[in-house]
Amino acid sequence: MADIVQILLSESFWAASLRIATPLIFGVLGALMCERSGVLNLGIEGIFVAGAMAGWMAVWLGAGLWGGVVVAALTGACFGLIHAVLTVPLGLSQHVSGLGVTLFATSASYFAYRTALPNVSSPPRIEPFRALDIPVLSDLPVLGPVLFQQTALTWLALILVGIVWYVLERTPLGVAIKAVGDNPDSADAQGLSVQGLRIGAVVAGSALMALGGAFLTMSAFDAFFFGMVNGRGWICIALVIFASWRPGKALAGALLFGAFDALQVRLQTQVGALVPGQLFLMAPYVLSIIALVVAARRAEYPRALLKPWFKGQR
Amino acid sequence: MPPARLENMASDTVLRLDGLSKRFGPVLAVDGVRLDLRRGEVLALLGENGAGKTTLMNMLFGHYMPDDGRVEVAGPDGVLRPLPPGHPQAALAAGIGMVHQHFTLAENLDALDNILLGSEPLRTLRRHRAAARRRVEGIMRRSGLVAPLEVPVGRLSVGERQRVEILKALYRDARILVLDEPTAVLTPQEADALFENIGAMTRDGLSVIFISHKLREVLAFSQRIAVLRHGRKVGEIATAQADERQIARLMVGADTPGIARETLEPGAPVLELAGVSLRGRSARDSLSGLDLRVRAREIVGIAGVSGNGQGALAAVVSGLRRPEAGQVLIDGAPVARPDPRAMIRAGVGRIPEDRHRDGIVGAMSVAENMVIERLDSPEVARRGLLQKRRIRAHAEALAREYDVRGPGIEAPARLLSGGNIQKLILARVFDRAPGVILANQPTRGLDMGAAAEVARRLLEARARGAGVLLISEDLDEVLRLADRIFVIHDGRLHEAASREREAIGLMMAGRAAGAAA
Repeated sequence: MADIVQILLSESFWAASLRIATPLIFGVLGALMCERSGVLNLGIEGIFVAGAMAGWMAVWLGAGLWGGVVVAALTGACFGLIHAVLTVPLGLSQHVSGLGVTLFATSASYFAYRTALPNVSSPPRIEPFRALDIPVLSDLPVLGPVLFQQTALTWLALILVGIVWYVLERTPLGVAIKAVGDNPDSADAQGLSVQGLRIGAVVAGSALMALGGAFLTMSAFDAFFFGMVNGRGWICIALVIFASWRPGKALAGALLFGAFDALQVRLQTQVGALVPGQLFLMAPYVLSIIALVVAARRAEYPRALLKPWFKGQR
Repeated sequence: MPPARLENMASDTVLRLDGLSKRFGPVLAVDGVRLDLRRGEVLALLGENGAGKTTLMNMLFGHYMPDDGRVEVAGPDGVLRPLPPGHPQAALAAGIGMVHQHFTLAENLDALDNILLGSEPLRTLRRHRAAARRRVEGIMRRSGLVAPLEVPVGRLSVGERQRVEILKALYRDARILVLDEPTAVLTPQEADALFENIGAMTRDGLSVIFISHKLREVLAFSQRIAVLRHGRKVGEIATAQADERQIARLMVGADTPGIARETLEPGAPVLELAGVSLRGRSARDSLSGLDLRVRAREIVGIAGVSGNGQGALAAVVSGLRRPEAGQVLIDGAPVARPDPRAMIRAGVGRIPEDRHRDGIVGAMSVAENMVIERLDSPEVARRGLLQKRRIRAHAEALAREYDVRGPGIEAPARLLSGGNIQKLILARVFDRAPGVILANQPTRGLDMGAAAEVARRLLEARARGAGVLLISEDLDEVLRLADRIFVIHDGRLHEAASREREAIGLMMAGRAAGAAA
């Protein structure tokens, strides 16, 4: 018990929580954006891989770090567009299309990697984002290391929480996206394009998801590995429900998961000799499931989620 | 039907439908309809289900592309100009507002956001809700249509939602308002209030088309009536000169047989609910302390506005939900484990509210659907094997007797039209000669002919000695068929002391309920 308290009081634990949460923040925001418009995007796992791969490769080819971020986002948008076209105007099953996009994006990324680097055993490294060392602020006790020694991408994620919230809650566009996710007829009857809004939301959301992948190769690590996304996309799908499709709660959910994960790593090193490490590895997922069960009972799904909409059919 | 007279008033015409036609597959849903609407007029568009009323209005509003013909709308200068087809945006801009039968409201947004939806450019980053709110409040004051603006629409009552729908149109400066079956979900009082508000607005120059199949309100509140049948306009009459029989004949194309309800002496109770309580997800989905007795040879009508516990009551009687307190008795004996199978065995025949979802298995054939409640009988299945030949012969006889028309008894039941699905269900239910019949909204969405058939069968069952529990949101139907009338409101039942529309309407709104109990 004293161990846990000590861990919870340490700055490095909180800094690690935020770091682990960062890709999830991108992912949840992206998934939330898609689902608010009525489209479930199970392509998220593959889009993470594609973003990780494309961003890293762009930097490796000399595009610069921010160039890599842009390339990752565009890659995510492209895969999002595939999903959007299949599910919105064509109205195919969102589950099938999403899983298809995940398989496709994952394999295409590995294929591109192997094509570009046929004979490499250890992946080439890039110079990743460095922690922002902001004078004065970084030296603050506790807050300094936790908040102000993160990389620019973590900051981008936090800023995006605010932007997505503002768009959804304070702009006509956000009202329209929420309307097509609840009752597309309401938007159609007021002369808005349901298909346009949904495609736009899925493409934008997918771009956000890809940034989560890019964080992995360009900030958390400095290279692309097979299997490095490791289910983070699926976690985001669950976190969206936990967050009741709200950006603020999405941030809280991502941080909670990040904290579980950071805690389990530290507990492993301290009491790992007594308890099998696999139990600790499981812990964040088990706790997430419990949190999800509690939160999902009250969750109000966007009413039009999973339902294709065609003009002139009511 | 004086088209010549209409021509003379062209300067006053705000809308003209010129020979509109629409074909869905082999069906000509709307066939060359011509219709003029004058400024400040309330025009009733009357017709049976499937007559093409809604299709016509959807073309007017640009939801459907007409195959032929065009829509012309008067601009501010009074000159009629054609409207580009298939663009709701253009219809909105021309001042046409449409209130659909199924509300087109986003329930997660508040009323104000629903009203503003689509009126703000999507690219702007700032909204001007306060200014818009003031404008909406002004419209509410002028029109008398009041609704809470800052509550998610999902929490508003049906009447409030409808007012939000109309406010949406008025906010867009609608000069022509189309209301599709506006009173289907309202109490008689709410409906009267709505028409009063509409009357006030037409005095300010609003023109209204309302779609209905209720003769009473059409005669009471319109100035002109256009009747559609099978997609064609078959008549156009000034309301002042119209009489009910004449219009009914135009609608149906023939006189409908009147329904004679002979006086019968009721027998012993066949269905009793004693202190039945059920807690649902909401107050409107619950029952509290229901006492009800249906005797042989009587029809007990349950009137009420939709969503006041009718679904819960039907679920209890059909065994789908088990009450938390109280007892259900069939033929005087309590049903021990009231599940659907026990209720069927005890002799309850059920005509469910949602006939497509709960009444049939759409993928199974008509013949299979006809025997689905008696799979344990030796005529249907022996040693676990279906007696296909017998089932088919049985189904053919039933289809003939109940006039179930469609692509044949081997075709999937989902291919039948709504009226024929209902006939299939009637055949299945009445074939077993049940002692208790639960009929939940049995004529909703049916045309007059099919509805009359349902009514005739229910009366026939009553004469045979069955007790019928008729749950209906159509008060006229309850008044026509029921021997005794109860009103359900917020999960409580109150017997109506009189058969007066006015008194029952008040009870449906929850007033005078204590006094009546």
